[in-house]
Amino acid sequence: MGQPLLFLVAFGFGFGSIYQKAGEGNYIQFLAPGIILMSVLMTAMFSGIDIIWDRQFGFLKETLVAPVSRLEIILGKTLGGATVAMFQGIIVFLLTLIVGFRPQSLASIFPAFIITFLVAVFFASLGTAIASTLDDMQGFQLIMNFLIMPFIFLSGTFFPLSNLPKAIEFIIKINPLAYGVDGLRGVLIGASSFGMVTDMLVLSVVTLAFLGIGSYLFSKIQI
Amino acid sequence: MKKNDNTITVRNLTKKFKEINAVDDISFDVKRGEIFAFLGPNGAGKSTTIKMLTTLLEPTKGEIIINGFNSKNDKDSVRHSFGIVFQDPSLDDDLTALENMQFHAVLYNIPKKIRESRIEELMKFVELWERKNDLVKTFSGGMKRRLEIARGLLHHPKILFLDEPTLGLDPQTRKHTWDYILNINRKENMTVFFTTHYMEEAEKIAQRVAVIDHGKIVAQGTNGELQKSTNTNSLEEAFLSLTGNEIRDEEISKLDLMRQRRMIHHH
Repeated sequence: MGQPLLFLVAFGFGFGSIYQKAGEGNYIQFLAPGIILMSVLMTAMFSGIDIIWDRQFGFLKETLVAPVSRLEIILGKTLGGATVAMFQGIIVFLLTLIVGFRPQSLASIFPAFIITFLVAVFFASLGTAIASTLDDMQGFQLIMNFLIMPFIFLSGTFFPLSNLPKAIEFIIKINPLAYGVDGLRGVLIGASSFGMVTDMLVLSVVTLAFLGIGSYLFSKIQI
Repeated sequence: MKKNDNTITVRNLTKKFKEINAVDDISFDVKRGEIFAFLGPNGAGKSTTIKMLTTLLEPTKGEIIINGFNSKNDKDSVRHSFGIVFQDPSLDDDLTALENMQFHAVLYNIPKKIRESRIEELMKFVELWERKNDLVKTFSGGMKRRLEIARGLLHHPKILFLDEPTLGLDPQTRKHTWDYILNINRKENMTVFFTTHYMEEAEKIAQRVAVIDHGKIVAQGTNGELQKSTNTNSLEEAFLSLTGNEIRDEEISKLDLMRQRRMIHHH
């Protein structure tokens, strides 16, 4: 929780006046949606680490010998991880309000929930998919560090998507998080680059796909 | 039709990891109500065998029949037939003892009406009812083991599997643990299948023993039969004569590394 807020405060106030001068408006407003998703993403991904540890020392083994299908187990685990990530997101959202963020209307809360939930499920599934293929903790830490930061920094969280070098623009366009950030921004402050329909479509399809991939890889785990 | 009173039947069971047969064409039977032990050094294939018997691992070859159900195509019926106490704890540390029991009851579809009374009965049996509302993370190793026994018995399984059940426990806890298990074995005629590398445990508690080494069963029978066939006077001597006297050079496994790391974090 600390890290996203640190970014919000440091960058928000640090770059705030420069951003304003460049004619883009209030930086805190621009930043906040991405920051919220940042905390959701991290919590959701780390719920995947659970599996590496849990499969030997924890509760997961108990569920694997029970007369319950692996699909039921992994769906439960993924949705549970996503739910916890949602709660993190809500707390960070409340904290952004303290820092000065103002969503455009109360009506935007419900669609905001949906977008955030999709992002949470996507990253929980991604964490599960990766964790299902590794069998020790060290590999996981490495992957997390080489994956989480690029996901976040190349998602349009910190800067608008105009006048970017082609390479960076391309990476952002294939980053599912970018559509989540754009969608959440669209819903909370009314400024979306890709369009809400595109955002929802991409997010839904990619999340569903990864839910399937994560579940499949989990079902193949050999203890 | 001959009445089959074998509750576990294993034929030509094999498990291949990369190039090595961790379990190599083993066959054995366990009768209903029998106390049966798999005795062998570390790395012999005991844990791999139990994992296949408990549907955690798919065999490469061979057949497993548990309580009349084939483990290949009737997994859920097999799962209802046994309870298991793993070598490493599989409790949820962040829940209370009671909540862990309730979760199990839900997973195994124990009817709501009898859930509470059975949970109470079993927790009292392992003398943990007083601690039912305490978080499992506050429990000692022995207490966690007792809770897992109570939990494993909750759905009244025909067979109780235990993988190195007293590893890391002090003598009093060890004795108590076996007292509970033997008590249920006598009262309910429940089959007990355990793995161990402790001689006295296999000798004193098991009715029949299979000695496993390098993935193969090198001998099986009662204590008396094993001693006779190796011309020795104790199970330990029989075991050494069957598996050789040399110290095994083992490579530390990834699992052992994780166990080490876990001990650092938990103490």
